[in-house]
Amino acid sequence: MTAALLEVKGVTLQYKTPRHLVTATYKVDFDVQQGDRYVILGPSGCGKSTLLKAVGGFMPPVEGSIRIRGREVDVPGPDRMMVFQEFEQLMPWKTVFQNVLFPMKVTKKFSPDEAKTRAKAVIEKVKLTEFQDIYPHMLSGGMKMRVAIARAMALEPDILLMDEPFAALDALTRRAMQQELLSLWDQLRFTVLFVTHSIEEAIIVGSRILVLSPHPGRVRAELDAGGIDYSNIDKPEFGVMSKRIHKLLFDDETPRAQTTEGAHA
Amino acid sequence: MSQPSQQRPEFEIEPAQSGVIGDVERPLSFGERIVNNESVQRLAILVVLIVVWELYARWLNNSLLFPTFTETLRTFWHDISNGVLINRTITSLRTLALGYACGLVLAGLFTTFAVASGIGTRILSTLTAMFNPLPAIALLPLALIWFGLGTPSLVFVIVHSVLWAVALNTLIGFRGVPETLRMSGRNVGLTGARYVGLILIPAAFPSILAGLKIGWAFAWRTLVAAELVFGVSSRSGGIGWYIFEARNDLDTATVFSGLLTVILIGLFVESVIFRAIEARTVNLWGMQR
Repeated sequence: MTAALLEVKGVTLQYKTPRHLVTATYKVDFDVQQGDRYVILGPSGCGKSTLLKAVGGFMPPVEGSIRIRGREVDVPGPDRMMVFQEFEQLMPWKTVFQNVLFPMKVTKKFSPDEAKTRAKAVIEKVKLTEFQDIYPHMLSGGMKMRVAIARAMALEPDILLMDEPFAALDALTRRAMQQELLSLWDQLRFTVLFVTHSIEEAIIVGSRILVLSPHPGRVRAELDAGGIDYSNIDKPEFGVMSKRIHKLLFDDETPRAQTTEGAHA
Repeated sequence: MSQPSQQRPEFEIEPAQSGVIGDVERPLSFGERIVNNESVQRLAILVVLIVVWELYARWLNNSLLFPTFTETLRTFWHDISNGVLINRTITSLRTLALGYACGLVLAGLFTTFAVASGIGTRILSTLTAMFNPLPAIALLPLALIWFGLGTPSLVFVIVHSVLWAVALNTLIGFRGVPETLRMSGRNVGLTGARYVGLILIPAAFPSILAGLKIGWAFAWRTLVAAELVFGVSSRSGGIGWYIFEARNDLDTATVFSGLLTVILIGLFVESVIFRAIEARTVNLWGMQR
């Protein structure tokens, strides 16, 4: 087996609130391979977003190590592009095209001409060509998210870090975006680390699913979901996988939790 | 829930033709656009105020107390054509530009220092809390002792009136930049001055612009007030001095034309210069309506 693209070993994360020292995750291990659609799934408060921030380099682990291509992660960098849930991640003072161009311009990873060509190409891929000279405030939520994804992908990072990117979208748009992400992955085969609290989204988007237990987040299971997406959402294996994850997440809680999660998915 | 007594049939149809509704989008007529135009509305307000002024002054019929609009305008025109008013205004604006520029540079330095560290932020917010409420004109006696009669004293009080307003607003703006935007800036490896210049300043621009506007108004009013106290250095007084001289001669129409000049310049800067900046920045970006 080849060395993993991202190695997370025994990572414990803690952060301070004004009154408490909170342990977000405790001794978390996982490996992400090149080309994985690796999903971190867990209930809210299990530290999954904190874990993603740590991989992004925004937060040093108190214990353990995070390595990307063998290099220790210490500061944020363009090899790990983040896509956030909030629409504010786009720069309101730049047009769609300028927003996509910005990281390539700042990092000087590509020559100016190449950067422009790449920006045009990736905007075309997310079907926003006719909106490329428009400012973000005039776009819908789904379009803003597509710009954020395009911006991150244009830079060709080693890994794409997505922090519940579709959570703020309405259900129909979310579904369309999940499909779009999968079809982009089919074309480009990038590596993505995707955080979500929706079981359905995890099964559809992910090829590997890491299930975290709540408070503090600890690894509960790692599952293979490569073969399941929208085409077999009505097949029994989807239901089996979904039930299995339900059980992993909620077997020591009251049954009420299951119904609320069911409404979410 | 009880079952409805009668089963309702399901159906699927093509949506109705939208052409029947008429135009989905229709340009507003010329009249509608005129009425909605902000500058037209402002102009209308001005015309009403002028008519009220003229009527009241005519009714009062005492040009020593309250000259009419037409009389003021006549004096205004006379002093513009003989160059007096223009010279005075240029003197004032030159001092103002110097003071405003110095104030902005200092405000920039202060806030850069403040965002660099937590203690810097606290120092700046303490300083602004101390000096922002202090009227700049109250420092004029002190400035006269330190810098003597002349432009340096005026520049000093203008700097004082600009600096704190701009620094405070910029700092508030920086603090209000969303965490996600900060993170996406740092994500591409931006740090230090590039981070401030490429992320923080544009993201905080609505607030910075508000600071610039307040600073401008403070500076202009401080300058005119200071020139009333002493306005002449080497025979070139400013607009405040023009007003002061006219008052000494009991030439009320000239006082009014001086005040009119102060107001006109204020209106011009606010509704032409700052409006233009807003239209090209914060309004275009949807950061301010």
